[in-house]
Amino acid sequence: MTHSTINIKTTEEDHHIAKLTALAIGLHILETVIPSPLPGVKPGIANIVTLYVLYKYGFATAAWVSLLRVFASSLLLGQFLSPTFVLSLSGAVLSLGVLFLAQHLPKKHFSAITLSICAAFAHIAGQLIVVRLWLIPHTGVAYLIPIFALAALFFGLINGLITAKLIQQK
Amino acid sequence: MRFKFNHNPKPLPGDWLVIITSLALVIVMFQQFWSFEHASKLKIRQGNQVIGTYDLNQKRELHIKGKIGESIISIEQGKVRFKQSPCHNQYCVHQGWLSLAGQVAICLPNQISLQLIGVKSTYDSLNY
Repeated sequence: MTHSTINIKTTEEDHHIAKLTALAIGLHILETVIPSPLPGVKPGIANIVTLYVLYKYGFATAAWVSLLRVFASSLLLGQFLSPTFVLSLSGAVLSLGVLFLAQHLPKKHFSAITLSICAAFAHIAGQLIVVRLWLIPHTGVAYLIPIFALAALFFGLINGLITAKLIQQK
Repeated sequence: MRFKFNHNPKPLPGDWLVIITSLALVIVMFQQFWSFEHASKLKIRQGNQVIGTYDLNQKRELHIKGKIGESIISIEQGKVRFKQSPCHNQYCVHQGWLSLAGQVAICLPNQISLQLIGVKSTYDSLNY
């Protein structure tokens, strides 16, 4: 009898990404338990991981962790390719785009708080674009924009403070 | 207690800038999207035709012929409502008085819609 084993060569970085993604997935799923007054208003605590990784390991790793988290969480929650998944993905992609630009801000004046708030706004913007173009194609959504923006500012600030603390501790 | 909400990495000047700018942005958004401005004019449509634009500051009753009959719309000093409608579900009548800019009442069976217009026109959610 011959044993056939598939060996995938993994690097140290892959292990890192896997561990951090696992953490992000955990937080993402934990968050789905919290009831929300309005679909879409969520703390987004998984983004703390993305930000933390951005600071510790750079943008590429952060992008991996963020996107893997979106795919894996949606598979686990049974939302893969559903509107929820598309919203999650569009938010993650746009917020990564903004983080890519914002990471070059001078660290002396801008901390994780700035990045977190920018990412939160980008996240909600990405989701609202999809909602407007695909799910609810009329301007009735406009009434919800201020609420989403306020939530983004609030949770972005809190996540940013937590991330700043985490970065300082390690 | 060990855990104190005495946050150690204080927000940097740039962070404050971002926080204040975003807060201003959010306030502007609330003003923009949640304008509770009183309407001054009323636009009535039948099908895709505009029947007319009326001043809201008057007391008047309009009889508009729709697809299935005649709807009575009453304007009363800044507010308007469907007073009577030949439709069977009467949603338009139950919507009651409208007075804010951007508000809309539609009677689908009779194909008549009321749209309230302020000084500046708000989002037109009828034409999507």
